[in-house]
Amino acid sequence: MGPESSSPLFSGSVAGTLRLIFYLALAMVLMVLDHRNGWLWRVRYGAAVVVEPLYRLAGLPAAGMHALGVAFSDRQRLTEQNQRLREDLLLANAKLNRMAAVAEQNERLKELLDTRHSLKLKVQLARVVGVDLGAYRHRLLLDVGARQGVQPGQPVIDAHGVMGQVVQVLPTTSVVMLVTDPDDAVPVVVERTGLRTVAYGSRDGGQLTLPDIPRAADVKAGDRLITSGIGGRYPPGFPVGEVQAVAPSPTGMFLEAHARPSADLDRSQDVLVLHDLAAPAGPPEPAAPAGPPAELAPSSSAPAPARPAGPPPAKPAPAAGTPR
Amino acid sequence: MNRVRLARWWFAGTLLASLLLMLVPLPAVLEPCKPYWPALVLLYWTLESGEGVTLGLAFLLGLGADLFDGVLLGEQALRLTALVFIALRFRSRLRFFPMWQQTLAVLALLLNDRILLLVVRAFAGESLPPATWWISPFVGAALWPFLFLLLDDLRARLRLS
Repeated sequence: MGPESSSPLFSGSVAGTLRLIFYLALAMVLMVLDHRNGWLWRVRYGAAVVVEPLYRLAGLPAAGMHALGVAFSDRQRLTEQNQRLREDLLLANAKLNRMAAVAEQNERLKELLDTRHSLKLKVQLARVVGVDLGAYRHRLLLDVGARQGVQPGQPVIDAHGVMGQVVQVLPTTSVVMLVTDPDDAVPVVVERTGLRTVAYGSRDGGQLTLPDIPRAADVKAGDRLITSGIGGRYPPGFPVGEVQAVAPSPTGMFLEAHARPSADLDRSQDVLVLHDLAAPAGPPEPAAPAGPPAELAPSSSAPAPARPAGPPPAKPAPAAGTPR
Repeated sequence: MNRVRLARWWFAGTLLASLLLMLVPLPAVLEPCKPYWPALVLLYWTLESGEGVTLGLAFLLGLGADLFDGVLLGEQALRLTALVFIALRFRSRLRFFPMWQQTLAVLALLLNDRILLLVVRAFAGESLPPATWWISPFVGAALWPFLFLLLDDLRARLRLS
């Protein structure tokens, strides 16, 4: 007790405790307000002039390491890499050429079927800024923001699959929540069987969890998961992951599968931000009644108009929306 | 006169550097080992110049860290305020501890900080972090003697030159 008696704080300990309580209460009020209303992001957006340069500054070491890696990697390896990339490009181009015809045919057929989904993509290239936004937060910082037209909710992909979605936007940077974030959920389809389910991020990091697969469902290790497009956030057809293990869930009611994300979440330097793909949430609009035009509809007074080739209507249909 | 201003810049500079260090990413393997730099630097200043560090300063630094980290506004402010309060309370004792005891005390403070964070996250309805999450306080405590000696040495040199 000796040294403390001389400390000025010891005498004023009551005042110190009061101050502590004051600050703790203030912090709690801030946390509750932020949790409820998302204040932090408004404050951050306002403070972007300070925050963003600091992000760039903090990203410099990572960028520097990358540059050093390129500068000091030996010629042999670069040549090899270049060669491999060329081969990949050749292969991809060949595949694309073959696919182009199929895609066009698909497009025509879809037009005939009047579906709104199209395979066309409108994308924006973005670079990852090497900044650590808190451990186990599964967030990435991109170097595009509101000024480049990025909005929260846009999906982000890389060459191998879905990475996540934009959650917060600053003027020239934006934050992406990865698919491995425990708060993220991606509606997926098992490619082999067409089973629809939802992939969540797992809290152990780097993995996806599919906790509610029916016990009778046919899912096994090696199955590829692709986005189903349900929910309207992620467009359909992008690879999400590959199932690694399936086991009964702890409750025993469902099967629980673990999957490895397809995207290179740790290593991707360049990513694509998708535009114009988010369909409105909620149930789809009711389909417009398809059928013969209204003037051709059989009215109750006039007899049914003659049709070139078709069975005569069995009886005057009350509604024009008879499916044919 | 000039010395005082230099000392003040040095003080602010180390705190800002600690925020930057918090943002700099590490390779994925080392990621759980990253110490909580703002807490360590703030602890150093609490022990060295107890008059300069107040609860208000800890609160403001925490708010700044929250602004950059983007977690929850007020979370780190709460943690740093609690940390500095405890450190100030035991400051006269901590200062005269031998280094190994001081390191143990820092470990206890950092562990306490993690527990606080866990409580806050639990209230925010977030999932529990994995076991590797608990490595960071130990790394922080292991780095403490070096950080302390380094900052002390630099401070002494700056004052002398």
